[in-house]
Amino acid sequence: MRGGGGLWQLSQCLARRLSRSKPRGMPRAFATAPAAETVELKKTALHDLHVEHGGKMVPFAGWSMPLQYNDSIMDSTLHCRAAAGLFDVSHMCGLSLRGRDCVPFLETLVIADVAGLRPGTGTLTVFTNERGGAIDDSVVTKVGDDHIYLVVNAGCRDKDLAHIGAHLDDFKAKGGDVEWHIHDERSLLALQGPLAAPVLQLLMKDDLSKIYFGEFRTLDINGAHCFLTRTGYTGEDGFEISVPSDHAVDLTRAILEKSEGKVRLTGLGARDSLRLEAGLCLYGNDMEQHTTPVEAGLSWAIGKRRRAEGGFLGAKVILKQLQEGPPIRRVGFFSNGPPPRSHSEILSSSSSGGEKIGEVTSGGFSPCLKKNIAMGYVKSGFHKPGTQVKIVIRGKANDGIVTKMPFVPTKYYKPS
Amino acid sequence: MALKLWASSTANAIRISCSSSRPDFPAFSIFRSFSSVIEGLKYTGSHEWVKQEGSVATVGITDHAQGHLGEVVFVELPESGAAVAKGSSFGAVESVKATSDVNSPVSGEVIEVNTKLTETPGLINSSPYEDGWMIKVRPSDPSELKSLMGSKEYTKFCEEEDAH
Repeated sequence: MRGGGGLWQLSQCLARRLSRSKPRGMPRAFATAPAAETVELKKTALHDLHVEHGGKMVPFAGWSMPLQYNDSIMDSTLHCRAAAGLFDVSHMCGLSLRGRDCVPFLETLVIADVAGLRPGTGTLTVFTNERGGAIDDSVVTKVGDDHIYLVVNAGCRDKDLAHIGAHLDDFKAKGGDVEWHIHDERSLLALQGPLAAPVLQLLMKDDLSKIYFGEFRTLDINGAHCFLTRTGYTGEDGFEISVPSDHAVDLTRAILEKSEGKVRLTGLGARDSLRLEAGLCLYGNDMEQHTTPVEAGLSWAIGKRRRAEGGFLGAKVILKQLQEGPPIRRVGFFSNGPPPRSHSEILSSSSSGGEKIGEVTSGGFSPCLKKNIAMGYVKSGFHKPGTQVKIVIRGKANDGIVTKMPFVPTKYYKPS
Repeated sequence: MALKLWASSTANAIRISCSSSRPDFPAFSIFRSFSSVIEGLKYTGSHEWVKQEGSVATVGITDHAQGHLGEVVFVELPESGAAVAKGSSFGAVESVKATSDVNSPVSGEVIEVNTKLTETPGLINSSPYEDGWMIKVRPSDPSELKSLMGSKEYTKFCEEEDAH
């Protein structure tokens, strides 16, 4: 879901290098020039600050981003849940749609009931194609009836903007009133964990206890005009803060200093562990062009009115799946043996000996639970929690069990 | 250890991170300064070590390798009695970040495996050259060891790698 480039980009990058280099193991990763030498990586406003704090910078969706800092990925993941982590997610693309018709326009492209959102609230949604597949996932906020703010994945930026832009032109040609603005003048920080709110409160006047999960405000933080959304990609309480880029370094330093070292910079490695523990999709891994929101377990994000009326791309396919059930479903697993990884085969565990029923899309060792967790797609019928399966890793079948997600309980700040 | 990819996004990222685009600022410089190399052992370019004592060769992965992998969470080992071949994978090490094949520095028969690693895979991080050993092999051709790197050569090899 809210990652960046997703696996495919990293794999491509890697595959390119491996294919050029000598087959001698780890040195491959070191000895060969990265794609970075041929394509200049984009740097966020915080790039130098990352390096200053020991960030191991890696190419990610065309950006140079910190994979981790001096803490291990394990420690970093645990620290975010115990205290707080601060992530630079400026590679993600913020976008505003403005105009009288921005809500009906967006509703032609996404599954959410945008019209039904209260002003100042948002939701996770999916941009669909004509076949009902996911072009991207995104958090959309209805700032007001004439202003939508949304954030899309870095790795999907070009195709998303092309897609939205083409439909925008058509919509305007028919007389619709919508303009768009890409917030390249802003940076995006995610502050996540139990200390996120108390620390951020030290830098602002507005009362954070009145802003709940999914809510959005424009307000001053540390003297800069920010867009604040109480959301995130970790399962923890927290915020995404869109800040003018010339204030991004100041705000980052202020958060770190005010927390007296309790908020730590956290990289992409821990971000991936955290979102997996929270059962959240990484677009490009767990959701792709051919995956429908129903298969991905996001039927809840299809508004009631949208189910009745349709009116988004691929609605026919999606509404039919809602009626009849999808052929495959995204589920979570616990497993024994080595941690499952993307593309590990899933077999049924029947005594007759295991037909292929699906594939893992993300998996790893959970730093919090200290055991293997994974998500993937299985044929409907094998999706119920408690179903025994086999997960094949390096030719060996390991025991797995279908499990409810999130793996680690979410701690969103909701009205009690 | 041949870092063959079983791909999680972070798994991929860590390898990419190894090839820093800033040669003057190598990624993992912090790890490098702490990684140790033991005299008297032989080393492979894929970051395994081997120690020969009489007719027994003990095999593990180096401090440099464990530093790059991060916390080891699972170790896959062969059965005692299995045949291993020089340069071929005999097992795997899994960390939060990545899966890595481990190659044998010598050909021969596995006579013992470190079963403690099943319960305590972190021994590879805390004691890569002692408690974190992986297999003991009876080499079929002890002269194979001669082609491996010594400690000085391996130290230089790691430095050159990190500088790229």
